[in-house]
Amino acid sequence: MLTRKIGQKLTLGVVLTILLVIVVFALFSIESQKRSLIAEVERHAAALSEHIKLDTSYDMLHNDVESIHNTIRNFRGQSGIDRVRVFNKSGEIMYSSEESDIGKMVDTQAESCFRCHAAGQPLEQLDMVERTRIFRPTAESPRFLGIINAIYNEESCWSAACHAHPESQTVLGVLDVTIPLDDVDANIRNSQLTIILFAVSAIVLLGLAVRFMVRTLIDKPVQELLKGTRNVASGNLSYRVEIDRNDELGMLASSFNNMTDKLAQARMQLFQSDKLASLGRLAAGVAHEINNPLTAVLTYSSFLKKRSSGQPDIQDDLEVIVSETIRCREIVKSLLDFARQTVPKKRKADINGILKRAVNVVENQLAIGRVELITDLEEDLPAITVDANQIQQVFINLLVNASDAIGENSGTIRLSSRAINLGPAGVLQIKRAQCSKRHDLIDRKERIDGNPAIRMDYRKGSEEGRIYLDPVYGSDHHRLGDMPAFGDGVELRCPECSISLVSEDERCPDCGGPVYAFEVPMKGLVNGCLRDGCGWQHWEEVDSSWDDKFVEIRVEDDGCGISRNQLASLFEPFATTKGQKGTGLGLAVSWGIVDNHNGTITVESEVDKGTVFIVRLPVMS
Amino acid sequence: MRETCDILVVEDEPSVQRAVVMICTEEGLQVDAVDEAGKALELLKQKNYRLVLCDVMLPGMDGFGLLEELSHGGRTVPVVMMTGYSTMENAVKSLSLGALDYIPKPFTADELLTVIQRSIRSGVILGDAEAARLEGQRSFEFVACPSGYRSLGYVSWVLMEDEGTAKIGINDLFVKTVDGIDGIELSEQGDVLVQGVPCAVVTARDGSTHHVMCPMGGKIIEVNADVLSDPSLVEKDPYFRGWLYQVLPSNPDSNLQWLSS
Repeated sequence: MLTRKIGQKLTLGVVLTILLVIVVFALFSIESQKRSLIAEVERHAAALSEHIKLDTSYDMLHNDVESIHNTIRNFRGQSGIDRVRVFNKSGEIMYSSEESDIGKMVDTQAESCFRCHAAGQPLEQLDMVERTRIFRPTAESPRFLGIINAIYNEESCWSAACHAHPESQTVLGVLDVTIPLDDVDANIRNSQLTIILFAVSAIVLLGLAVRFMVRTLIDKPVQELLKGTRNVASGNLSYRVEIDRNDELGMLASSFNNMTDKLAQARMQLFQSDKLASLGRLAAGVAHEINNPLTAVLTYSSFLKKRSSGQPDIQDDLEVIVSETIRCREIVKSLLDFARQTVPKKRKADINGILKRAVNVVENQLAIGRVELITDLEEDLPAITVDANQIQQVFINLLVNASDAIGENSGTIRLSSRAINLGPAGVLQIKRAQCSKRHDLIDRKERIDGNPAIRMDYRKGSEEGRIYLDPVYGSDHHRLGDMPAFGDGVELRCPECSISLVSEDERCPDCGGPVYAFEVPMKGLVNGCLRDGCGWQHWEEVDSSWDDKFVEIRVEDDGCGISRNQLASLFEPFATTKGQKGTGLGLAVSWGIVDNHNGTITVESEVDKGTVFIVRLPVMS
Repeated sequence: MRETCDILVVEDEPSVQRAVVMICTEEGLQVDAVDEAGKALELLKQKNYRLVLCDVMLPGMDGFGLLEELSHGGRTVPVVMMTGYSTMENAVKSLSLGALDYIPKPFTADELLTVIQRSIRSGVILGDAEAARLEGQRSFEFVACPSGYRSLGYVSWVLMEDEGTAKIGINDLFVKTVDGIDGIELSEQGDVLVQGVPCAVVTARDGSTHHVMCPMGGKIIEVNADVLSDPSLVEKDPYFRGWLYQVLPSNPDSNLQWLSS
């Protein structure tokens, strides 16, 4: 189809409108120019005619026919005058600049006389417009403008000595001046040409300009958006529409990207819940399969324990089998709880007790693998409210992982616990940030330590650029780019609306520098300082309500470490670094458990150096 | 005179079957064991059993089929179902089909014996009550649920309240089969209960512990503090002052279909 694109339609519409306007304007302007030129000539002719009349009036009064002839004849051949004629009342040409005309009769029905004589009785007064006429003697000849000027009978005329005219006569004769219009016509043609030339070039230029603007302002972004929608429709949710502009299309693009992000997140969640659902099915299947053998183990061992009441040494061993099998039962139950997403059954518990039980379970395995386990548990830790079985499960997982990381070589695992006071700083991630006009400051493309960063624009004089702030509260891995040292004169602005993000009435309490501020929806303002080496941040709402007592447990090994790539997906279900050896569920389950306890689990690792898993569990006040 | 025997075990997993038989025999109980529901029905025609221990998942006719056959045939033999945790819904279903109790797998010898003893006692009480009814006499063996209450087997009851909440408690028959309540362990306010999962652990005077299956899933909004301070309240007034929890049911309609009125 010819005009399927919106840009082409728009261009066509605008160009047609311009064409119409310019053509109408050109026609109008040609016409008005024509008119004003003719009017000018008319005025000139009238003045000339009046002048001749005055020039000859003296001779007329003295009836000096020869002198009148002379005067009139003098106009012959003068540029700008075709001929000058004087008719008497009966239409006979009395004087003329053309000798041959004299004595001829004028046809009163002819064009020059018609105005007055058409009505039968000659009119005596005519206004200017009616006295002039434009005519073309023959079809090929140039145009002429004629003007008639009646010579009225005045007292001086009928009282003159010659008595040529009686008093009763009103009009004595007519002075007819004819002026050629070839010059004027040439002028008109010239200006017509100029105007047409101007109009055509204006149309062409405007057309090109409109085409160019439509192309860059509309066509390209629309094409880009179209490409984006096609990409997204075909499932490529990581496609970003790149339109860096502040207009509606730019906004459309950013909300499109936003929508795609949300879609991607939703798909991720769906994917995640899909994974969890299959994990649930797997767990249910495993539980069912494992329950019969577990029943056999548990019934035999508990039965044997009952029967061997007289042999304490055997009884102790059997007790281990019974209690560990019961723990297996609890694990299967927790797996099913995980699949059901039920909340943990929390009780006050001593974390060191839980850790010791976890160590008991893995001790033998560690001894076989020649792994040395150093435990460094701080005494008198505050009791924490946890599901002891689930938390024990987490540490068994971590210890087994550590032992697997050490592998065939001997190595060391360090298990330590301590109480810490932990502000929200370094723990809490700012997930939403806005300027005071509620524009989103979170940039999902730019990530710092894997988390979407907070974007701001800076300006100092002519220097401009964008900076990215670390979204982890209290952490200062900001990406400041080329921003000059933050101080007086550096402005921070919202990239969307350019509203200032510098807090006017506040100063950094540490270094006295200027302070930026942004809003976390529903959670108040976050302030901070960007001076080198300062890194002060303040979040009133969170600082005042944060439970700051934590128990921190570290599981460190000097094993093979985890590569950067693997770190990114470490806590996802079915992510395993152990190849065929693991199920990939351990850390996902652990993460889920710790998260359910409002705790955090983080990992630091260096390939070939070792790995540290840090679990922090809140101590409820 | 029909031959009598204590227990019939219906379990297809040989190791579990052998273990159960061993444990029961050790306690001096007479045991028959089969691995199919069909064989069990044959034996039940020939002999009188004090208790049937039956797995839910069986080849051919499953545990439910057996329960239905028994209720069609008008047989009142007490049945205890054995089931894996993963088939908790099946456990609830078995109780609604007439099983007396159930025991989740895996279990220890002590847990199994506790359930067996309690169920045999229930069987006796129910048998006596049935006999009294047939003779046209009123039975004083145990107090049945008041009207309006719904119960999960003979274990626990639930009373739906007008506000959309529900009260949960222990049936009198369950209390009577436990040898005097010495202590009770309850979940905490805010915990979420699941139907068919133990919601309370009762300690009897003989030291045995008994799990009480929850009749209705939901979030606990109140725990009866009176029962915690005086567990014998459950014995004295199981249906009124002896309630355990007030819950906000999470799925009352689907839970109610398994409860008898």
